[in-house]
Amino acid sequence: MSSSSTSSAGLTGSDSESRSCHTTGLNVCLTAQRFIKLNAVAAVVFLLLGGVAAILLALTRWQAIHLLPVDWFYRILTFHGLNMLIFWILFFEVAILYFASTTPLNSKLFSRKVAWVSFGMMLVGAIMVNVVILQGKADVMLTSYLPLLAHPAFYLGIILVAVGTLVAVFNFFATLYIAKRDKTYEGSVPLVTFGATAAAIIAVVTLLHGAIVMIPTFTYSLGWTAEPDPMWYRMIWWGLGHQSQQVNVTAMVAVWYLIGHLATGARPVNETVCRGAFVLYILFINLASAHHLLVDPGVGSAWKIWNTSYAMYLAVLASMIHAFTVPASVEVAMREKGHNKGIFGWVTALPWRNPALSAVVLSLLIFGFVGGITGVTLGTQQINIIAHNTLRIPGHFHATVVGGTTLAFMGLAYYVIPLMFKRNFIGRKWAMIQPWLFGGGILLVSIGKSFAGSMGVARRTWDIEPAGIYGSAAHMFLGVMGIGAIIAVASLFIFVGLCVGTILFGKRIKEGEAMADWGTAQPVGDAKEGSLEHDHWSMKGTIVLTAVFLLCFAVYYFANWKALADVWPVR
Amino acid sequence: MSLTPPKSDWYKPAEGAEKLWIGIALVWCFVMSLMMPYWHFKGKQNSQGEAYAVTAQAFQERTDQFVEDNQVGEYNGVPLVAPAPGSDVYLVAQMWSWYPVLQLQQGETYRLHVSSVDLQHGFSLQPMNMNFQIMPGYDHVLTITPTTTGEFTIVCNEFCGIGHDRMIGKIFVE
Repeated sequence: MSSSSTSSAGLTGSDSESRSCHTTGLNVCLTAQRFIKLNAVAAVVFLLLGGVAAILLALTRWQAIHLLPVDWFYRILTFHGLNMLIFWILFFEVAILYFASTTPLNSKLFSRKVAWVSFGMMLVGAIMVNVVILQGKADVMLTSYLPLLAHPAFYLGIILVAVGTLVAVFNFFATLYIAKRDKTYEGSVPLVTFGATAAAIIAVVTLLHGAIVMIPTFTYSLGWTAEPDPMWYRMIWWGLGHQSQQVNVTAMVAVWYLIGHLATGARPVNETVCRGAFVLYILFINLASAHHLLVDPGVGSAWKIWNTSYAMYLAVLASMIHAFTVPASVEVAMREKGHNKGIFGWVTALPWRNPALSAVVLSLLIFGFVGGITGVTLGTQQINIIAHNTLRIPGHFHATVVGGTTLAFMGLAYYVIPLMFKRNFIGRKWAMIQPWLFGGGILLVSIGKSFAGSMGVARRTWDIEPAGIYGSAAHMFLGVMGIGAIIAVASLFIFVGLCVGTILFGKRIKEGEAMADWGTAQPVGDAKEGSLEHDHWSMKGTIVLTAVFLLCFAVYYFANWKALADVWPVR
Repeated sequence: MSLTPPKSDWYKPAEGAEKLWIGIALVWCFVMSLMMPYWHFKGKQNSQGEAYAVTAQAFQERTDQFVEDNQVGEYNGVPLVAPAPGSDVYLVAQMWSWYPVLQLQQGETYRLHVSSVDLQHGFSLQPMNMNFQIMPGYDHVLTITPTTTGEFTIVCNEFCGIGHDRMIGKIFVE
């Protein structure tokens, strides 16, 4: 990695300073690099804040410890939701968008000024929100359901973050446009850029929902307009709240493809299939706000059924396609490298010392087997009766957003930091175990919450004792959640420590040097790239994996229908 | 590879195992899609969202009238109300209580009207673990048939302020 600080041939524009990356051989736009750094660092700071909140919450809900007083529990819960689900993820996604629109396309970033405006708005907004929450003026949870009312600065802060993100998305699309116009690349955009584009399109729809719901709520909080209808608020708010998680899913899948490529040289088995699956996300994912209204008054069965299934589960189909194509691409790459033993010989031959790879493998497994299966099942119209607002719901989304998205983004950081800050990671042995600790911890959190929720324990409640109905099993699972949270947050601190330590003290990567290799799959024997291109059945391990996945899915799905059939008839 | 533009002839249909998986996944998606309408007609547990606009004051008045007509006793200082089978039953959610306490009969069907007079609340019936959203301004009608007897607890599971965890109600079924 080094900086050549001259305008390289591939980059357009007269003032487009760039450098050539000696690890990937790609050109890096220095303006984009600056904003990737800024957004990634801000993201990690918010991740740290959210992590501190997480451990306080888990140790409160673990009734044996019951750490926080009641007012601070709800305050910190609001704080945790916003920092983790909104700030950490949006800032990191902006970094991904800036990367995906420049380096793979050999292009410069459209505008430095626009990037500053975006970053400034997002940062000011996020700080406003955090200050207002910690002052105790916005104990309204992430969702801030009306008629609960927060201080106007809370809504204004969220609006600033949302509009700032929209500005960044504009910069992304403008960069795509100038890259196309100036022909910085030939043919179609790379898959990672394609995935990021899908995420950006969904983000626009999402953030517009945010503006539609937050602006009248903001003016209401100032006393200028009448109170918006609380059901209307729920429906539009979840157009923001749930869809923004689909932006994460889409960005996460793009990261899966990226790390799979960096660690094993994987390429899509079939570009059409991978891209088609991203298009399905764009088309069908925007009905998801219905998932949160399945036991609400005022919306009928037909509306609930149609919307909860995203038309006909075609967005779920997209995830199931990625669940095949991502491991298949890695498996084919490994087999072509000569790791051909049996069905799973290629798995043991993966470069497991590479933390980005283990992060992505765990992310895929946790997202698919835990987050995905529970999400589709709990989001089934009638099954939601035995799940709504219980701990089963956070049990589900900690497997998707934390075990899936956050873990994949952590994996990406193991490449972003050396490539962008030009420093090699410190504590590489710690990095090797960090994804395993995080994945294992969050798995316990998810399992603990899910089982406690099945026993009727509510989410977002400070104390379950006044109900006087929860037995030792429910308490045990809250303990499992607590222990998992300690492990996951410890791992999060290790991650942040490694990132900050590397940025400050990591060994500089000299001119002309590649970053220190985390571990990439090496060829053995008479390996030949592309040798399996025409063998459409070579991914035997993936076939077994997806078959097991479908079996688990069906068992969990129908077990829940059985559980539903056992409760009182209701209509 | 995923970081560079694909070959110009990248557009081609799925083949082999990939094609088979897409087919299987699509069939599974259809199965899941059809389960919901199937259950709507054949299953006994559905959330149809039957609701009517109501003001907090009007709903409180209806509930007070309902309590006056059907009260049979008291439970911890709250009226204990035993409505006739098949009748309309009223339950008010407010910070931080459920009013009144209900006494229902096993195997009988009731039209349970639930609404909030202040914030949003969550009707979570334990240990059945049946959950419904309760909104101010919306008279949410749950047509329920208790099939098991005993003491049931209503837990609020939508955050409604500092006393949220102490918002506990009761339904008795005999």
